[in-house]
Amino acid sequence: MSIMRVKAKASGERTDVKMMAKHIMETGQRKDKAGNVIPALFLSEIEVKHSGKVVFTANLGPAVSKNPYFSFSFAGGASGDTLEVNWKENTGKSGSETAEIR
Amino acid sequence: MKTLKTFVLGAGLAALSQLAQAADSGFTLETVDPEADRLALQQYYQKRFPGVPLEEYVNGIYAVDPASREQWDALMEFPPYEFDLEEGQVLFETPFANGKRYADCFDNGGIGIRQNYPYWNSEEGAVKTLEQEINQCREQNGEAPLKWKKGDIAKISAYMAWTSRDKPFDIKIPQDDPRALQAYLDGKKFFYAKRGQLNLSCANCHLDGSRILIRADLPGPTLGQPTHFPVVRSKWGEIGTLHRRYEGCHRDTRSVPLPPQSDEFRKLEYFQTYMSNGLVVNGPGARK
Repeated sequence: MSIMRVKAKASGERTDVKMMAKHIMETGQRKDKAGNVIPALFLSEIEVKHSGKVVFTANLGPAVSKNPYFSFSFAGGASGDTLEVNWKENTGKSGSETAEIR
Repeated sequence: MKTLKTFVLGAGLAALSQLAQAADSGFTLETVDPEADRLALQQYYQKRFPGVPLEEYVNGIYAVDPASREQWDALMEFPPYEFDLEEGQVLFETPFANGKRYADCFDNGGIGIRQNYPYWNSEEGAVKTLEQEINQCREQNGEAPLKWKKGDIAKISAYMAWTSRDKPFDIKIPQDDPRALQAYLDGKKFFYAKRGQLNLSCANCHLDGSRILIRADLPGPTLGQPTHFPVVRSKWGEIGTLHRRYEGCHRDTRSVPLPPQSDEFRKLEYFQTYMSNGLVVNGPGARK
């Protein structure tokens, strides 16, 4: 189940990337109607790689809102190349997805 | 209805905005002229915000306030409704338990039809909105109706709006049924009638008050207001329907909020959408 929506565009010498993660980013501070704490469930780390090289990392915490949006650029990259997007949650669960540069 | 008439008689005569006076169109069945209303509204805004092309009004406050526009452009780099669109498409295409689909209930399979809503249904003698017909489709096929304000109904409506993007709104008031004109008139009167603790009408904030600081924010112009619904409102943090906003706005302005899809709200939507005829569908939308 992919959680990353990636729009990556090669533009001259660099590639511009916009991505949104579909994630509830539950802080662990909220309670449900019965008064029980809703357990924290948020992305803690994101890493984007191109040709085996890390081009973006992010350390997130409960302060980041639902469906976080990231925008960054890196030098290089060409249309058709693959980006590897790895993510990790506070629970330890992790995932890895790929996206193509347009 | 009686109370509404009292509002209008009292307030309408005293506080007609410049616009209503500019149009050669009044507040009775004999004097109302929807096309004159629509053109007068366009002229009003062209004078009020010179240089803003009419088609831009589908973007609401972002069409007329540059500072808001800058922030909105940044938000729209990755529109917040994209996930809802994905889910909406899945919901729309998934068959019901009996094997039928939403496509079987609507013209053209439900694709590219948003610009025809709401419409006057002569058989039922009522204004029908898209959300109503979504639920009607469900009930006709043995499914429970969805709630009106958020969640699945908004996602399905979002997908249907998306497939209709860039089609100009073309709401009709059938000449052969005087009840349709009455419904338009009721919507118009509702828009201009003052109500609640603060004695405000829709027009006070969204016509005269367009881009004027009210409640620490700038109200969007009423021209083009319904075209982008359903909407992901940052305040809600999720997608919601037009009637959710109608209800919320009443609460915000301290008048009793009517229920979503109530008679009055459907007629209000009929009036507002007719006034936006010629402007295109740009739903789903993102707003503050």
